[in-house]
Parts: sequence; C-alpha cells; structure tokens
Amino acid sequence: MSEIHVHNVWMEYGDQIVLESISLEIACGAFVSVVGPSGCGKSTFLRMILGQERPTRGIIMLDGAALPPEPGPDRGVVFQRYSVFPHLNVLQNVLIGFEFAESAFTAKLFGMKRKATVDKARALVEAVGLSEHALKFPSTLSGGQQQRLAIAQALAKEPKVLLLDEPFGALDPGTRAQMHALIKPLWRERGMTVIMVTHDLKEAFGLGTRVLAFDKPRIDPQAPERYGARIIYDLDLSRDGPVPILGFPRPIEANTTFQETRRSMPDA
Amino acid sequence: MRRAINIVPGSGTRILLALLPFLLIAGLYVVTSAERRAANPGDKLLPPVAEMATSIGRLATEPDRRSGDLALWSDTAASLQRLFIGLGAAATIGLVLGLTLGLLPVASAGLSPLVAVISMIPPMAILPVLFIVFGLGELSKVVLIVIGIAPFLVRDLAMAVAAIPSEQIVKAQTLGASTWQLMLRVALPQAMPRLIEALRLSLGPAFLFLISAEAIAAESGLGYRIFLVRRYLAMDVILPYVAWITLIAYLFDWLLARLARRAFPWAYVREAR
Repeated sequence: MSEIHVHNVWMEYGDQIVLESISLEIACGAFVSVVGPSGCGKSTFLRMILGQERPTRGIIMLDGAALPPEPGPDRGVVFQRYSVFPHLNVLQNVLIGFEFAESAFTAKLFGMKRKATVDKARALVEAVGLSEHALKFPSTLSGGQQQRLAIAQALAKEPKVLLLDEPFGALDPGTRAQMHALIKPLWRERGMTVIMVTHDLKEAFGLGTRVLAFDKPRIDPQAPERYGARIIYDLDLSRDGPVPILGFPRPIEANTTFQETRRSMPDA
Repeated sequence: MRRAINIVPGSGTRILLALLPFLLIAGLYVVTSAERRAANPGDKLLPPVAEMATSIGRLATEPDRRSGDLALWSDTAASLQRLFIGLGAAATIGLVLGLTLGLLPVASAGLSPLVAVISMIPPMAILPVLFIVFGLGELSKVVLIVIGIAPFLVRDLAMAVAAIPSEQIVKAQTLGASTWQLMLRVALPQAMPRLIEALRLSLGPAFLFLISAEAIAAESGLGYRIFLVRRYLAMDVILPYVAWITLIAYLFDWLLARLARRAFPWAYVREAR
C-alpha cells in the first residue's frame, strides 16, 4: 500500500510561482514518468514528494497520512549524480542502509550481525550486476555502475516509493538501455511505486505505466513568474488500447498571448 | 622546437632538477663562508660547515652544564611535545566544531560569526594575556598554538562539510540515518582527508607560534635555544637548529601526506590517474 494523494499543491519561491494547483492521485505500484521542459518544476515536484521541500499551499498524503516534512526511509531516491558515498566501497555503500537501522549509536555492525547483513547487501549488489566490483570505490566506477549502485542502495530500505530524478540523464544510450532493462524487473518484483523525472520521452513512455507532462499553460510576457506549471497531460499507459488514453477528459488548453490579451482587455 | 609547456622531465631528470637548487645554495654558502673567513678569521656570521658540525655535535652528545641534559634532544623533545599537544587539541576542536557548524544550520547560525571574528584575533597580540592567565609554563605555549590554528581548522572543515553535495545528505536520510549517524558515517569520514590537508597547511603557523612562545619565556625548546645563543651571535648553533626544525617540519608534512593517501585512498583517486 503506497498511494500518494496530492491535493491542490502550490509551490512558490517568493514572487515566483513554480507549480500551481497540482492535484493528482498516484496508485500503489504505479510507474509514473514525469516529463516537461527544463525549469518547469518537475524536480521541485519530486523534491516535495521526497520531503526535501515543503509545498507553499496544499497537502501531500502518503497512504492516508500527511507526508512527514523531511526525507525518510519510506521514500527512496536516486539522483542524477552524487547519490553514492565516495568514501565507502560498493558493498559498504549498500551495507550502510542496514547499519543505520540496526546500530543507532555507532552505525556500524560487528560479528554475526554484520555477517548476516553483508549477505543481504551482497544479494542486492548482485541484483544490480555489480558483484565483481563489490570492493571498488565509486570514483573508480563508470557512470552507469554508479547509478546501479545508487539503485541497490535505495532498494536496501525496501522503500514504498522510489523517486528517480533524471537517473539516467548523464548516461550514454547503450548504458541507458541496460539501466532500463535493470529497473523494470526490479520495480515489478518489489511492487514499489516509482516516480521518475526524465527528459527522455522514449524513456518516459517505455518504462512508465503513466506519464505526467508538466508545463506552464499560461504565460504573462510582462511577468513570466506569475504563472506556474500544471499537469497538462496525464496519460495512462497501462490500459490495453493501441493509443494512450488521456487521463483528463481533455487537456487544459494552452492560452496564447493573443487569447490572454483578449480575455483581460476585451475592447482592445 | 617543442613548446616549453610540452617538455616534461623524466623521473631521473626530475630528481636531478630537484637537487640542483639545494646544491647551488649549499655551494654558494660554502664559498661565501670561506671568503669571509679569509678576510676576517674572527667572522661569526657565516661559520664554516665543519664548525657548525662540531657545535651541534657538542649539543647532541655532551650534557648541558646548567641542566645536565643533552641540549639538542631535550630541546627537540620539549618542542615536539608542545607542538603535538597543540596540534592534537586544535585538530579535535576543528573536527568537532567543523562537523557541527558544517552540518547543523542552527549551530552555524549561532557560532559561525563568532568563529569568524575569533579567527581574526592576532594570536601574538594576546600572548601576554595567555602568559598572565596560564602562567609561563607549558600550558600557555600549547594554548597559543591552539588559538593560532584552531579557528582556521574549524572554518576550513565547516566549509568542507558544508560542501558535501546535498544529494548525499538527502540520500542518507532516505536510508534512515539520524543526524548523529549522518555526522559519524557520512560527514566525518569525508572530513578526515581535509583535516589532514588543513593540518599540513597549519604546520608552518604552528611552528611559528611555538618558536615565538619559546623565545619569550621557556626553559627548554628549539626556539628557546635559538634565542638564547643569539646573544652570543652563535650562528654555528642557530643555523643547524633552523635546518633541524625545517627537517622536522618537512618530515611531518611528508608523513601526513603519506598517511592521508594510505588511510583515505578514495579521496586521492583522481590524483593517482
């Protein structure tokens, strides 16, 4: 169970409105791809679900309870970069998640306890195909391998929700295809809800069961910061139709400057 | 003809090139010293190497007439003890405060301006205060070293910890880390190589404060000896002592560099490539 309810959420930085009136429900076990132009608030949306940022207005609920205002172990994350610990080797990077939970003071395990945990960590390292690199430091790994490690690390906590912030954006096309082949079965097996922000439309449609497109439907040329982005398309890809069915009855129409002017100044 | 920027010396040439300036300076000294001796047999300013060797040999092997100690070794031991206690205390303060200020916004808001102001106090200016408060014994000298370098270590480490990518901090939280665990397992290990680098940079200032404190009030120590024999223009003692201090500082710096690379190989991966 890990439904996410987002109810009328706004995100504002001072005068700038980044997201306006975002409302949606994400079903348990969905793979939601979030697309949109740069700077339209996709990553902000992800950071709000993560708890790294709090919405200015509105509420986000996870499984019927308000989202805690800070990141926690129920929501795993993989960023585009820097999400593995450079001072730990591959195995230790995965192990540390278990150690945080089981050893409150030293955050290190010893003896039999450590042995049992190492086995669990090894299994995860193997699941992402890094077993032969288990003792290497992240800086000696390739970009794709580092992302694999970041995924293994996140999976250690068996999060209900896995958030991916352009996880494959910095990878070459071949490696990216390998990563797609890796992430899809992992998601299926574990029944997590995945929210993935991406720039790659093919990736968004290839992996997701649902695609959300963020964009600004209204733009005031004199004050571009006054209108934020909304969800302008919400496509359900899980149904058996040849064409994706629009989640909205119809997409919100993007007003052109011309229409906006006519609306506000009918006599002009 | 290749451009100068593309001419890279091989390893043999590199050693030779490194030795060359040392040999030149040594040669220059020997020649000038001999010339001055020839002009004035009583010259004390540039004593010949043999004379320096005799003096330092005497200090190293014959008991001092006043204290009965072997002066060179007791001076070295006294100075190094002060230096190491001072460096150790400063490193501890730097690490604890640096981690706290770098990681906790509340601590940083409350203490960073204070640390910034304290680090601007010239340590030598408050040396008299230290002598008055802590007496003329060992404590005041150690405290001078600590006051001299701890603020730099604190600020440097706080900056290094604050520069840990926020992605890592968020990731650790999603792995269930508490603030304490984050500090212990994420921030501390990543601050250690920086601490050692900062200590290496602090060696110079630490020796400066040590020698200054010893020059003013001490009964033993490398700085004490230098300033004692200065009264007799005993360059044959001062110069070897300076060389000895330099050698100790250089060795310590080299050891720290080796230690950092041995203990934290992950921090130097890029350098090795």
